[in-house]
Amino acid sequence: MRQQPLFFLAVSVLIIIGVSMMWLRHDRLGIPLLPANDKPVWLVEARIDFVALGDETLASLSLPNDPPGYRIISEQAASPGYGFSRIIESTGRRGEWSKRQATGPQTLYYKVQFAPGKNGTPRPSGNTEAPSNPQRIIWEEPQATAAADLLETARRRSSTPASLTRELIKAVQSPNDQNAALLLDQHSPQQLVVRLLNQSGVPARLAMGLKLEDARRNQSLQPLVDVYIEDSWHLYDLERGGQQGITPNTLVWHRTSGPVLDVMGGQNSQVRFSMMRQSIPALDLAQSQTSADQPLGYISLYQLPIEEQGMLKLLLLLPLGALVVAFMRIVIGIRTSGTFMPVLIALAFIQTTLLPGLTAFLTIVGLGLLLRGYLSRLNLLLVARIAAMIVLVVLLTGLLSVFGHEMGINLGMTITFFPMIIIAWTIERMSVIWEEQGAREVAIQGGGSLLVAIAAYGLMQLATVRHLTFNFPEVHLIILALILLVGQYTGYKLSELYRFRSMVEKD
Amino acid sequence: MLVSPATLRSHGLLGMNRRNVSYISRYNERRLYPLVDDKKLTKERAMLHGVATPTLRDVIDTQHGVRDLGKRLGGLERFAIKPSRGAGGKGIMVIRERDGEQFLKASGQALTLGSLQRHCSNILAGLHSLAGAPDSVIIEDLIEADPYFESLSVEGVPDIRVIIFRGIPVMAMLRLSTHASDGKANLHQGAIGVGLDLASGRCIHAVQHSRRVHSHPDTGVDLNRIAIPDWQNLLTLAARCHDLTGLGYLGADIVVDRNRGPLMLELNARPGLAIQIANGKGLLPRLQWIEAQENIPDSAEARAGMAMAEFGEKIPT
Repeated sequence: MRQQPLFFLAVSVLIIIGVSMMWLRHDRLGIPLLPANDKPVWLVEARIDFVALGDETLASLSLPNDPPGYRIISEQAASPGYGFSRIIESTGRRGEWSKRQATGPQTLYYKVQFAPGKNGTPRPSGNTEAPSNPQRIIWEEPQATAAADLLETARRRSSTPASLTRELIKAVQSPNDQNAALLLDQHSPQQLVVRLLNQSGVPARLAMGLKLEDARRNQSLQPLVDVYIEDSWHLYDLERGGQQGITPNTLVWHRTSGPVLDVMGGQNSQVRFSMMRQSIPALDLAQSQTSADQPLGYISLYQLPIEEQGMLKLLLLLPLGALVVAFMRIVIGIRTSGTFMPVLIALAFIQTTLLPGLTAFLTIVGLGLLLRGYLSRLNLLLVARIAAMIVLVVLLTGLLSVFGHEMGINLGMTITFFPMIIIAWTIERMSVIWEEQGAREVAIQGGGSLLVAIAAYGLMQLATVRHLTFNFPEVHLIILALILLVGQYTGYKLSELYRFRSMVEKD
Repeated sequence: MLVSPATLRSHGLLGMNRRNVSYISRYNERRLYPLVDDKKLTKERAMLHGVATPTLRDVIDTQHGVRDLGKRLGGLERFAIKPSRGAGGKGIMVIRERDGEQFLKASGQALTLGSLQRHCSNILAGLHSLAGAPDSVIIEDLIEADPYFESLSVEGVPDIRVIIFRGIPVMAMLRLSTHASDGKANLHQGAIGVGLDLASGRCIHAVQHSRRVHSHPDTGVDLNRIAIPDWQNLLTLAARCHDLTGLGYLGADIVVDRNRGPLMLELNARPGLAIQIANGKGLLPRLQWIEAQENIPDSAEARAGMAMAEFGEKIPT
């Protein structure tokens, strides 16, 4: 009892610090407490990696130029020791990094911020440069015949360049077309459409776009088809079938002929993209903090590279999940298998979205339990048994991905987000419970875990919650205080009100 | 369906959170846990403090000790092989009889020496211990259930769980296995819990699946007539269990042997709450009464006497 006052003092101090820091930052720096309803700003970071050979080095990256549907707010390049310049050519913009002498692995960053333009209406042309004459396309046999065939069929069904493009895209995407299948062996669908268009005299080229999704890392550019029709360029995204235009979240990065990335004096070059959604005031803050030393310029997450910011955005949701688990177990009395397993599942759900994630999880655990039934007959020792389980879970994941892909369900990617080792442990625990306490107990604990995971997921995916945890890291002091409070809760659990009901009924 | 928290409080029910925060973490020092989690240590301490336990025949710590198992067993006919740190009754093998080279289990299944050895080496490797830590094997005499207890249940030996707080027995229940519980004495698997009067050892209340019952569903025994013989002795033994561990809040499982009387089977540092359902009473008033006591007597007899005087049923006989 004697430590009680001290405990509550500590808890109140945590809450007071948390709330007042939040208020200060809101008041002084103008970070809104609720996620802004205004249009989000996309922060995109291109990261170029290559190995320099020890001589003068020049890296040249194609830069977005007036991409349809977006407007560039600011851009900057960060790369120690490199000279940087933007070069505007007739064909588009390029960023060039140069250095007299460079050896070993090099990393260059280019950051750019976009705001969505007016409803993403595709502008008539990003760059009205008239095309040179269509490229000459040379095929080898037997591809030449296949291409001619394919083109002939498409041409017969179309009347204008636009309809020809549509027919070609349909033909390339049709699974039964043997001509298309033969040609797709050597070319991506986008490349193939571009080649065929050029062959038939319609100028076309490959453009590169980036799919914008919050907190993604290590993304690469997706090819798009750019066709010159009636004096302007038109984009086709093959994901939309033969329809003209691009999906709303696609940012057109590269829209000229020429390579996206060109490195002289280096090898193994690659460019990857990270991106993140921000609200406008947060952006202002990021700018004001990088430009001048603010009185409140304490540790700020906005100064980190976007790649790390994206990761932190996810990590900063974990404490909330932990709070949900503590609350559900201590106050509600839901039994879960493995204390914090539900949080990890919830985190995986965030990346997979709920339904596909749930399906994938249940399938893997269900199949795993079947296999574990056999393993238990082998009388293996615990560590070996779990190691074997990990191998089986990984194999199952692979198998399900292939199977799902065949059936046209994109399960594969979603499953890989689950922590394999946690799944193996879950299966192990479940099957031990099954053997010792029966299937009912498995249903109770497994269902409990899923219920808690879904509750944590529900909370973690709320826009307000994600906004608060990332923009006000001091919220975690409050969460910590709440967890401490829950840890001192000595009242009855909700489940005990049911468990002990018979004690009262007899009266 | 649900009961209000106020009602539960008025019945003095101890909830899980309160048990953990106010009793287990306050009165049980973490460093003392191994004394109850490791049966070998428990037995050593029990011997020091004169608490009777099933006679320990042998301890095997190494794999090469397993090779000599046949020699070590000698002429032992009836024994139990247990993992020292087994969790929840896992890995216990009971041998009832020997038939030449064969060992017969309670179920009648015949085992060879080889399969006993394999069982032992699995125990050593940690198959049954918490988190798979390496373990040792203990071999002890089989309990010869008192005929009175044998008549009460179908399979398995009935045991008595006593909660002991600061050395004073607080509440007791007799656990009877049923067919529904598959011979296990676990209440949530369908065993019967019989609440016992601390003054006399008589049944005051009995439940199965949290519902009041009056007779054993398999044997038809009238549960209300149960009275544990030699009750005071048993309660004293329970009180003494506190001395050997130093744990403030403790559960002791006690069986009554035909020849040796009450024996302490094992101890538990986190005893469950189902005992309240079996007794139809909450633990809290008794725990709070003990917390308010300034002087707790040193002698186990005196503490058992306190429990009998204070917590007995006040019914005219």
